[in-house]
Amino acid sequence: MRALPVGDAALLVEVSSGDEARALHAELVRRRAEGSLSVREIVPAARTVLLDGLTDPARLAAELTASEIPSAPPRAREVVELPVRYDGPDLADVAAHWGVSPEEVARIHAGTEFTVAFCGFAPGFGYLTGLPARYDVPRRATPRTAVPAGSVALAGPYTGVYPRSSPGGWQLIGTTDAVLWDHARVPAALLSPGTRVRFVGAA
Amino acid sequence: MTDRALSVVRSGALTTVQDRGRPGHAHLGVPRSGALDGPAAALANRLVGNRPEAAVLETTLNGCAVRPRSTVTVAVTGAPCHVSVDGRPAAWGAPVRVPAGALLTVGTALSGLRSYVAVSGGIIVEPVLGSRSTDLLSGLGPAPLTNGAVLPLGTPSSLHTRVDTAPQPAPPAELVLRVTLGPRDDWFTPEAVRAFTSRTFQVSSASNRIGLRTEGPVLERRLTGELPSEGMVLGAVQVPPDGRPVVFLADHPTTGGYPVIGVVRETDLPAVAQAVPGTPVRFIEVRRR
Repeated sequence: MRALPVGDAALLVEVSSGDEARALHAELVRRRAEGSLSVREIVPAARTVLLDGLTDPARLAAELTASEIPSAPPRAREVVELPVRYDGPDLADVAAHWGVSPEEVARIHAGTEFTVAFCGFAPGFGYLTGLPARYDVPRRATPRTAVPAGSVALAGPYTGVYPRSSPGGWQLIGTTDAVLWDHARVPAALLSPGTRVRFVGAA
Repeated sequence: MTDRALSVVRSGALTTVQDRGRPGHAHLGVPRSGALDGPAAALANRLVGNRPEAAVLETTLNGCAVRPRSTVTVAVTGAPCHVSVDGRPAAWGAPVRVPAGALLTVGTALSGLRSYVAVSGGIIVEPVLGSRSTDLLSGLGPAPLTNGAVLPLGTPSSLHTRVDTAPQPAPPAELVLRVTLGPRDDWFTPEAVRAFTSRTFQVSSASNRIGLRTEGPVLERRLTGELPSEGMVLGAVQVPPDGRPVVFLADHPTTGGYPVIGVVRETDLPAVAQAVPGTPVRFIEVRRR
C-alpha cells in the first residue's frame, strides 16, 4: 500500500488490486461511521481510494500504512437485481470477441454476480466487476454520440449501465428499465460502491 | 406562483444558479459544483443580507437582465461591469434597491469573466442533494437560465447588512497559481515537470466550469501506459494525451484516467474563475502545508 499526498488536504491510497481497493474502501467507510476518521469524500476507484477534506493527511498516511487493512472486502448482504433484455447493438461483436454465440453471452452475463467497484463518469454510473478476465472487451473504436439511458454495456473488465443518455464508447449488450439515478429518491443512486448486482434476463 | 420571483429577460451567454455546491457525493459520481468564484458569491450575499449559502446567479462574459416581481435588494460582484435599474446607472459591488417590475441589467464584464448577482431572500429553486447549483458536467440542478424563465425568491432575512461596499480583488492580468506536485508527476519527463513549473501557459477559450484549459507548452510523459481511473480533487492539474494541462474546477469529473501532475491551492482558484482566454498562466511549485 502506498499513500500519495494530493494537494494540501487529500490522500490517494494506492493498492495492488481491485479487491484490495474495495476492502480498503469498506474499512475507511467503517472508520468514518464509527467516528475515528474525519473526511469529506471517500472515493474508491480501480486501484485506489481517494480521501479528500483531511486536516492532517501526512498523519493519516503514516497511520494507514502501519495499520492492518482486512484483505477481503466484506460482502454486502443485499443483491440488487436488474432486469435486462440482451438486445444491444454490440451483442454480436461481443459474442465474436468472446468466441461464443450471442445467447451464450446473455447466459454468461446473467449467470455472473457483480459488485460495484466504484462510481464515476455520471451520477449513478457504477463500474461493475465480476466477469473473469478472459471476457474483457475493448472500447468501441468510435464512441457513440448518444447512448440511450438504460443501456447495459461492457468495456475492459467492467459492466456498466448508463443512467441517462450520454455519449459513450462502451459495447452495448442490452437494455434495462431499472432507474439507476433519481435525485428525488433516497438514496438517489441505485448502485453505490460495494453493492452486489445480478442481471436477470427477460425474453 | 407568489410575487417573490425573478423573470429572466436576457439570459446572457451562460448564466447559472450557484450556491456552495454539493460536496460529499463524489463516490456516486456527483461533482461538487458551486460558484467558481466563491468569495465573490459570498460577498454578494453579504451585501444583500443573505446567508452565505444562499443561491445567486453566476453570469459569463456578457451579464444578464432580470425583472423582480417584488421590490428587492441586489448586489453584483465578481467581474466588474455596468449595472443599471430601468436604464439608470447603479452601483457595482454595493447593495442596490430594485423596485417591483423594474429591469436590472448586469452588463458585459469590463474585466474578468463571471459576475455574481445576489438577490435578497436568495433564489430558491428546488435543491438537488442539498444544493441549488447547476452542474454542467452531470446536468444536476436547474437548467442554465433561458429568456422568459421565472426563478422563485426566498423571504429576505430580517438581518440588515451593515456593509454597503467592500473591496474586491481585481481580475488577474496574469494567473500565478501555487501548485504542489503529484500525485502522478512521476508519469512525466523531468523536462516536462520543469516546463510545468517554469514556463508560461495561456488560458484557452475552451475553458469552462469543468476545467481551465491551457495553450502553450506540451508536457511529455515518461510513462505511456494507461492509468486506471482514480479519484480527482478540485484544483487537480490533469494532463490529457495532447499534453496540455487542464485545471479541474467545480464541475470536474469525480474520477479520471489521465495523470495529475500537480494540484492548485484552493485559495488560488477564485482568480481562475475570472481569467479570460489568452491570460498568461504560471504554475509555481510550493511545499505541502
